[in-house]
Amino acid sequence: MPRWGMVIDLDRCVACQACTAACRAENNVAFAGPESSELGRAIFWHEVLSEVEGEYPNVRGTFIPRPCMHCDNPPCVRVCPVGATYQNEEGLVLQRYERCIGCRYCMVACPYAVRYFNWYTPEWPEGMDRYRNPDVPVRPKGIVEKCTFCSHRLPVPACNQACPGNARFFGDLDDPDSVVSQLARGPRAFRLLEDLGTEPKVYYLREGA
Amino acid sequence: MDDRESVLFRPIEATGRGFYLTVGLLTLIIAWAAYAYSRQLATGLGVTGLNRPVYWGVYITNFVFFIGISHAGTLVSAILRVFDAEWRRPITRAAEAITVFALILGTGNIMIDMGRPDRLLEFLRHGRLQSPLVWDVISVTIYLTASITYLYLPLIPDMAILRDRPGLSQWRRRLYTKLSLGWTGTEEQKHRLERLIGIMAVLIIPIAVTVHTVVSWVFAMTVQPMWHSTIFGPYFVIGAIFSGIATLIIVMVILRRAFNLYDYITEKHFSNLGLLLLIFAFLWAYFTFSEYLTEFYGNEPAGMRVLFAKLTEEFSPLFWAMWLFNFIIPFIVLSNRRTRTVTGTVITSLLINVGMWIERYNIVVPTLTRPRLPSPVAAYLPTWVEWSLLIGSLAMFALLYVLFSKIFPIVSIWEVREGEEIAAMHVPAAHVEEAGAD
Repeated sequence: MPRWGMVIDLDRCVACQACTAACRAENNVAFAGPESSELGRAIFWHEVLSEVEGEYPNVRGTFIPRPCMHCDNPPCVRVCPVGATYQNEEGLVLQRYERCIGCRYCMVACPYAVRYFNWYTPEWPEGMDRYRNPDVPVRPKGIVEKCTFCSHRLPVPACNQACPGNARFFGDLDDPDSVVSQLARGPRAFRLLEDLGTEPKVYYLREGA
Repeated sequence: MDDRESVLFRPIEATGRGFYLTVGLLTLIIAWAAYAYSRQLATGLGVTGLNRPVYWGVYITNFVFFIGISHAGTLVSAILRVFDAEWRRPITRAAEAITVFALILGTGNIMIDMGRPDRLLEFLRHGRLQSPLVWDVISVTIYLTASITYLYLPLIPDMAILRDRPGLSQWRRRLYTKLSLGWTGTEEQKHRLERLIGIMAVLIIPIAVTVHTVVSWVFAMTVQPMWHSTIFGPYFVIGAIFSGIATLIIVMVILRRAFNLYDYITEKHFSNLGLLLLIFAFLWAYFTFSEYLTEFYGNEPAGMRVLFAKLTEEFSPLFWAMWLFNFIIPFIVLSNRRTRTVTGTVITSLLINVGMWIERYNIVVPTLTRPRLPSPVAAYLPTWVEWSLLIGSLAMFALLYVLFSKIFPIVSIWEVREGEEIAAMHVPAAHVEEAGAD
């Protein structure tokens, strides 16, 4: 049984956001529209976080592509009252759309803010609805959704396939010879908010090291 | 004595214009809130001001607030009963009714917050004991059941009194006969009832403490900054009893005026409850100070961002208003015997309820606006839908209360009689009349 994990090399990432775009198309993420986006209601299963440190002219920008961390010890799964969010035997943290009651407890519990709520019924502009992926269900309003590591097309998540800089790797972390486990053991590897004990399965390779 | 008692029956026997006006007004407000909720059901939670990362807001605040004021009943009718405080007698039922109705509204607000209320039964089908939200469902259900029982038990002798009272309409007689369970007031019956009430009074105290502890744990069990706190359990329980007493004082002054209960709900009640309020203001201040100082001294970055959001940034007006309403004003008004009057305690109680609502809001929202990972600055402005549902919840609470006091005596008649008998035994005959009310 594989334990799926991802490695993202920040030295190779150019923050082009191809991953984000590919994810939206692959996973039938609805269009939020400008009004909802401004309120922070747009859905991004995958997002590129940016942080600017320092003041001009001594500025340093950091970009961090952020899918779901698929934690081995997921705080979201622990708090769900009805088991709508769960971890499957391959370590993926997934959502049962037909069971979620929309209490959003998993969202407030997730320290990475990777979970999204359907504030309205999802909508696509005229014509775009014809390009929806038949392999991925469309989610109704009132429930929570999130990145699945593209569980329907393992072992090649859409974000990885779209990356033009070969910055992303995916594979079995339990196989000691796999590329991901070798990179994850390397000296540049780190994980986000590691000290919270959530054991994320997304590893990053530090830049400039 | 019978003349004096007649005010206790009047709301049941006669219906004035005030009743229809109140019910009409409250129904209008509730209808408006129902319209707002229908918009939310039809369109989705997008009609609220909620967003990412502020996933919880007014509804969750209302939930914690209403569960909080439900502690009024438990304090007065259980704790004071266990300690045999005689002055509690005329206000026990008024307090216990607050508990039942506040619990109903608290639960209602959780359902309003759900994205898919139609899936409520998933709690039964797939409920996970590991989830603090399920702890809530279990403990609130137990509390509601116990509170309704505890409200009902002392009603039984009063139901018999009403059953035997001439001049009541047919449906009332039938209702009171059913609810009186064949009560005739024999020694055996009295003995059994006292025993049952005694058991319930002791049982309901740990249940009440559990309920608000578990409500706090919904927040404290997460690792989020300024939620993940070990003192949240007792802190929430203290706040709950605090706002519970304040609510009881407000309810008392309304009942006193509306039903002319000046003989029963006396200045002594306001003064005594005012003192209790003062004690809880100190306890609240102590917990709040400990909580914030510990966070500040630890200097952990994620916590500091939330702390300063409250101390100096956008939540600071609310934060300092909370201190003013919950501690500074209560301290000034209630610690002075000359200002601890009916007016003084009522005004303070109103401010405390506003302050405690703000306190809950200030626990729920600021933490969510400062997530650990970089995120666009989050703002949350509740919409008209959320405000309508808050006002509608308050109106529903009031309506349930008005209807209850129309059907059931809001002052426990037999308990007051019993208190008068006890007082008559201990006090020289000349003072019986004054002492009776206390």
